[in-house]
Amino acid sequence: MEKFTAITSSAIPLPVENIDTDQIIPARFLKAVERKGFGENLFRDWRSDENNRLKPDFVLNNPQYEGSILVAGKNFGIGSSREHAAWALYDSGFRVVVSSFFGDIFKNNALNNGLLPVQVTEHFVQLLLQQISKDPHTKVTVDLHHQLICVPSTLSIEPFKINEYKKTCLLNGYDDIDYLLTLKDKIEQYEKTSEYIHLTRTT
Amino acid sequence: MGKTLFEKIWSAHIVAKVDENIDVLYIDKHFIHEVTSPQAFAGLERKNNKVFRPKQTLATADHNVPTKDQHLPIADNLSRSQVNALTENCKNHGITLYELGHPYHGIVHVIGPELGFTLPGMTIVCGDSHTSTHGAFGNIAFGIGTSEVEQVFATQCLLQSKPKTMRINVEGKLKKGVTAKDIILYIISKISVGGATGYFVEYAGEAITRLSMEERMTVCNMSIEMGARGGLIAPDEITFAYLKDKPFAPKGDQWQQAVDYWSSLYTDNDAVLNKEFSFSAEDVEPMITYGTNPDMAIGINDPIPDKKGKDARSLQYMNLEAGAFLKNKKINWVFIGSCTNSRIEDLRAVAEVIRGRKKADHVSAFIIPGSSQVREQAKKEGIEKIFIDAGFELREPGCSACLGMNEDKVPQGEYCVSTSNRNFEGRQGPGARTILASPLTAAACAIAGKIIDVRELIN
Repeated sequence: MEKFTAITSSAIPLPVENIDTDQIIPARFLKAVERKGFGENLFRDWRSDENNRLKPDFVLNNPQYEGSILVAGKNFGIGSSREHAAWALYDSGFRVVVSSFFGDIFKNNALNNGLLPVQVTEHFVQLLLQQISKDPHTKVTVDLHHQLICVPSTLSIEPFKINEYKKTCLLNGYDDIDYLLTLKDKIEQYEKTSEYIHLTRTT
Repeated sequence: MGKTLFEKIWSAHIVAKVDENIDVLYIDKHFIHEVTSPQAFAGLERKNNKVFRPKQTLATADHNVPTKDQHLPIADNLSRSQVNALTENCKNHGITLYELGHPYHGIVHVIGPELGFTLPGMTIVCGDSHTSTHGAFGNIAFGIGTSEVEQVFATQCLLQSKPKTMRINVEGKLKKGVTAKDIILYIISKISVGGATGYFVEYAGEAITRLSMEERMTVCNMSIEMGARGGLIAPDEITFAYLKDKPFAPKGDQWQQAVDYWSSLYTDNDAVLNKEFSFSAEDVEPMITYGTNPDMAIGINDPIPDKKGKDARSLQYMNLEAGAFLKNKKINWVFIGSCTNSRIEDLRAVAEVIRGRKKADHVSAFIIPGSSQVREQAKKEGIEKIFIDAGFELREPGCSACLGMNEDKVPQGEYCVSTSNRNFEGRQGPGARTILASPLTAAACAIAGKIIDVRELIN
């Protein structure tokens, strides 16, 4: 995957709680067999009406807001495990999603695709939203190496947690699969010695 | 200190440790379907890798398929391509695929258990969040993304951080007209849509252990709807009786060895869990959802709660108001199906409610059996005739209107009482308004043409 080290960008506010992956990318757009092209259907049913007209009050249709950072209400990415949700966000230019809570499966999918889920306090999310509301061009910096998110113009800053191994993968662009493939011998050894494995074999 | 069932299974599957948080977990069984596998196969081939353990992989086409005229080529071009891609990929990699028309074809989480491919003590994954269903057999079963599907293809392993443990006890006895579906909707309404995120849930207690395997699958299926990684129930005599003689279950000497091992799969009395909840089955009413995520559920006779504007967006979408009752609300659509409730016991339950009755004229009611085997069983038991006489359509297996990926969509603005698992905005079609309920409740609503308490019909 693409490396992620640090990013400075204006941010797009989406202060809705419990955003599920059906909203991020509706099921009827999951029929493609490639990883690309999902960006055009990001938040499709929030962006456009049934006649494909853009809804003027949806933030992604408002030219005032642009950037690679999405600031979302808590519990982002719940529901279906579709990795297409992470692909749609990435394809649309997002590299960071900031929220105070994430759905587990979405969080893993994002991390596997160079899209950084930044979990901060709800207080900090509200602070960001206030600042963006005052000035839609507010620049936000996310530094993975130091695990910090800040707004340079106001010096609002907060640390965020991330697993060391996942951090290394993102900083270097490593995929889990490459790591797993180095363990083939260990895997075969496990298969030979596991007590229970013969009972799970399908005939 | 004793171990939980979850810890016993997890530690038996660790191949290596990456760091103190992440383990390399061996995956016993891998289910795949047409929507979340194509990019994984493509990734494998791009890197010149092969599927490492094809015999531990089982495929079906379920999300995208029509539920009528499955013997004809799929009309939708993209759906047809995607299903064809699965057929090609399975052929190239030696993976068993039960395609449309095969006697074992069906929804992935219905066919695994009914074939005995799902067995206790396993780690099981699939590119689908309702993989938690298989936990009913005492498994660590969970949904994964397409990149992880590719990892399992290549190495039969995944990198996973170990979740915390939560036990949900349900004691007592269910009232008449109240089902396993109502139990899980009740639990989610109490725990909330993110309340189990970071946890693996174990369901225990008298009301749980009384459940049949199909009922246990309904409960475990919706574990993801409270954010849990998965949910499991310790295997017992009910589990063993279900599995005996299933096509892929162990046979002969292996059967007794398997039962001896499975009998060791329980949480020790002195095990400590990270979180614990207790509920009484007697408190559970027939449940119904009013909002746009599964925790927005109430008892059938209760009013929609007033959360002081917190639910404003949801209620606006559903065109409902705080303080209003869902009972007696006219509905035009009823969908009975999905990996939550489409097994033979669900169809029997529906048949009992509608026998000798007819659906309301204005209602479109369709029943999608979870698999060909379920459909055949329903025909054999004479249940199909009961459905047809009542004006319900019995179709062919697939995920169908649970997520409206095929033609089975609920029109804009319409209410659909559905036995599925998600009521998100637009889930069943753009602008569709989903009301989640049990098969008993859904059947009763189809007869009445409005939302009613099933106990008015069955007492």
